[in-house]
Amino acid sequence: MTTVTAAPTSATVAMRARLQDWLPRLVLAPSFLLVLVFVYGFNLWTVFLSFTGSKAFASTRLIGWANYEKLWNWTFETDPPSNWYTAIVNMGLFGGLYIFFCLFLGLALAILLDQKIRGEGILRPIYLYPLALSFIVTGTAWKLFLDPRIGLEKAVHDWGWTSFHFDWVVNPRMMIYCVAIAGVWQTSGFVMAMFLAGLRGVDGEILKAAQIDGASPYQTYRRIVIPIMRPVFFSALVVLAHMAIKSYDLVLSVTGKNPGGAAELPSTFMYSYTFTRNQMAVGSTSAVIMLMTIAAIMVPYIYSEMREKAR
Amino acid sequence: MATLEISSLRKRFGNLEILKGIDISLEKGGFLVLVGPSGCGKSTLLNTIAGLESISAGEIRIGGEIVNDLHPSKRDIAMVFQSYALYPNMSVAENIGFGMEMRGIAKPDREKAIASVAKTLQIEHLLTRRPSQLSGGQRQRVAMGRALVRQPSVFLFDEPLSNLDAKLRVDMRIEIKRLHQQTGATIVYVTHDQIEAMTLATKIAVLKDGELQQVGTPREIYNAPSNLFVADFMGSPSMNLLEGRVSRADGAPKIVIERGDNSPIVASAPASADASKLADGAKVIFGIRPEAVSDSESIDRNAKSAVKFESKVDIVEPAGSDTFVVIHVAGKELTARMRAETDIRIGESHTFAFNLDKALLFDPQTTRRI
Amino acid sequence: MSAADLITTTPTREPSRHSLTTRVVIYGLLFLFAFVYLVPLVVMIMTSLKPLDEVTGGNMFALPKHLTFDPWIRAWGEARIGVSDTAGIAVYFWNSIKMVVPAVLISTILGALNGFVLTKWRFPGHKLVFGMMLFACFIPFQSVIIPMAVILGWLGQFGVQLSDSIGFSFGLGNPTVNLVIVHVIYGLGFTTLFFRNYYEAFPTELVKAAMIDGASFFQIFRRVLLPNSTPIFIVTVIYQFTNIWNDFLFGSTYAAGDASPMTVALNNLVNTSTGIVEYNVNMAAAIIAAAPTLFVYIVGGRYFVRGLMAGAVKG
Repeated sequence: MTTVTAAPTSATVAMRARLQDWLPRLVLAPSFLLVLVFVYGFNLWTVFLSFTGSKAFASTRLIGWANYEKLWNWTFETDPPSNWYTAIVNMGLFGGLYIFFCLFLGLALAILLDQKIRGEGILRPIYLYPLALSFIVTGTAWKLFLDPRIGLEKAVHDWGWTSFHFDWVVNPRMMIYCVAIAGVWQTSGFVMAMFLAGLRGVDGEILKAAQIDGASPYQTYRRIVIPIMRPVFFSALVVLAHMAIKSYDLVLSVTGKNPGGAAELPSTFMYSYTFTRNQMAVGSTSAVIMLMTIAAIMVPYIYSEMREKAR
Repeated sequence: MATLEISSLRKRFGNLEILKGIDISLEKGGFLVLVGPSGCGKSTLLNTIAGLESISAGEIRIGGEIVNDLHPSKRDIAMVFQSYALYPNMSVAENIGFGMEMRGIAKPDREKAIASVAKTLQIEHLLTRRPSQLSGGQRQRVAMGRALVRQPSVFLFDEPLSNLDAKLRVDMRIEIKRLHQQTGATIVYVTHDQIEAMTLATKIAVLKDGELQQVGTPREIYNAPSNLFVADFMGSPSMNLLEGRVSRADGAPKIVIERGDNSPIVASAPASADASKLADGAKVIFGIRPEAVSDSESIDRNAKSAVKFESKVDIVEPAGSDTFVVIHVAGKELTARMRAETDIRIGESHTFAFNLDKALLFDPQTTRRI
Repeated sequence: MSAADLITTTPTREPSRHSLTTRVVIYGLLFLFAFVYLVPLVVMIMTSLKPLDEVTGGNMFALPKHLTFDPWIRAWGEARIGVSDTAGIAVYFWNSIKMVVPAVLISTILGALNGFVLTKWRFPGHKLVFGMMLFACFIPFQSVIIPMAVILGWLGQFGVQLSDSIGFSFGLGNPTVNLVIVHVIYGLGFTTLFFRNYYEAFPTELVKAAMIDGASFFQIFRRVLLPNSTPIFIVTVIYQFTNIWNDFLFGSTYAAGDASPMTVALNNLVNTSTGIVEYNVNMAAAIIAAAPTLFVYIVGGRYFVRGLMAGAVKG
């Protein structure tokens, strides 16, 4: 059906066309600008703050690298350990254990699930559901579970093994391991999902060829399947490392009020120095260091992924 | 003693019977092609020979020994896959040598074998590369190298050329044929492409829905198909099939093909048909390949029996080396293969001829050839 | 079939080629781990249904001797949280809802539009723009909370000025509104990623055909893309809902006190150092906090996994 309207002038047609041309970019622009300002701009702001003498409030008094020097010195203050030293050591311990066990468990569970077993439809969701929980909920649950007075230690005592000790969650030195346990419980399902998808993506004909070549299931996994999983390893590693560096909620909820700062992590360090100890500049400095660490991991990864997509 | 013997092989999956009683034997040095449409069971059959899938009944013998319950690596077979199935994390040399490694062969012996196979296939310069760095044709050679180095009793090929582009496919087909002639290997080859089947095979097995339709040499399959399915499946363009009626009015049986808008074509029954089975008035399917339909001047001089008829030309398809002419006969489209220089025009009426030496008759009920 | 499909559908079976002992070991390990994964949740539920003396006096693995829903009632309406006057977590539950719903909707729609532009209206530099938005997904929030606090403070002051002059502040300065703003901004990276990957695989010919038919940008979006985007919408909504509902850092920084979201309230409740620790009430509160996301997971688990895969393995 055609309607007869007055023919638009060429000027309005041209303008409308140009608007349509630019419309997509106009639509994208607000989001991009928001990200530009609120992510990159704010990061730069935080970097700026790290060079100032800000205490309780932001100041613009530049003091050069003094904050970084302070943190650098604190890194080596081991006796008594400075908060920053504790934070870094804990980061290494927690991060290392978290990443290692998530990868190990994730791969193991994925391989087990890949053995053509029944009941996968029930098992898989069980391994994955912890992901739906907030870290606070996870921490709360594990704090109870590991509590020596009402949790695991007490339960084992009730069953007869009275010399069993498991007071890690209230022991300042061991708290960080409890955080790792809770973290692995929460995230290993996700790693399992990644590996399972990777395993399922292996060309079936390669497995047939391996059978004909006489490789046992063990050899097939070790020599062929697991090496094929390398990209998945890297993806998982990157995601886990990034989550480890960012973790904040989990530490808080497992350790409660963080007695003596024993379970300090860079994320809690930043928060306490900025908002509780009124040393905004030091807090910003630690935030910048966190950012740089994550960037060092993510940027090469994102870059290589984008390049691959382009190919 | 045949190298490969398959007897009464059946495979069931739940309630579904995928392979229904297959009997094939292949002599040493033979090239057996399993051909058929998608889903006919040819790949399944190959997998059962390899031992990658189990069988429900029957026997498979390789080199005289029953291999039904043997692990694939113990059956003295090697396989080349459609997607090449090269191990992506290993170099070409490691790919070729992996099977030997698994069997515990010492490194120096492995390297010798790899070098010799690489020479045969002309892939020596690729030995240190990874599969991802190779082209499709190169990968196919590496896959063949992995199979060759095994020196098996039987080579199994599972649609190895399907992933290649048309030109490469022709080149690789010739390579495989040359390899077969040079090494005298015994080969079982699966394909859905009947041209590959015809050009490569010494023996063709046509499968449909898990049932063997016919086993024979390419010539037998082409010239004497045992049923309508084989007749139609093999040959490109496919065989022309027309409905006809037997008439024994004047003694020797004749086939009458009614044409609604034209006079019927009356042909003497072809020599290939068993005349005793032709009852008067019986319906038959008259089959004739396009190359046996020509214009009246260019009938094969050796043809002992022919019939001419007039028809209007519907479509002309010049294909370079030939010209395919489509005419309407008895409500069906009939393709004739003519010389490229033919001077035929659409809409014109022209005299065509059937070379009855090549004609075949089929029973429409049983679809078997008469 | 995408990687996510491969893992979300259960594959068909050819009988296993493992020996019986191997299979026993495999099943044994799998069920052992399933047990370990479930036990904390089961303990949580059981504890929430016990009276306090059973919790402190008894074994955490024991079934409740006197089943009671009292902790749940207390958690919902009566428990004291921190120094707040408000009793019960009900208020905070609704705070979370009020925050999550707009944040999810806005960030999802914007993500869809962004994904559309980035894939079907390519312009020079689109890869850089996408890369920058992608990296924004991964920054530690610690590096932006200080500046954000400052900006939100300014917005609050601006809101006061607005309501002084025109009687309406657009909600600026309201903590819930602040959280919505924060979550939308920091959710844009992920939603754009999801939709961009999805639309990348969407046939461009459909868009071109619509253009030839004379449809405008928004018409194409509304009539061609949206109706075919249901799967990715579900994935994105589930992912955003889970992330925003479970957030703690932003909530505790920008919406302390009465306007706290659920997660912050839960943490405060559980970590009150005054008086007796009412474990059963804490557990009930935790389950209430976890309920929405668990429910979403149970109902839309398949899409949940797809969301994870899209985020980490880029489809």
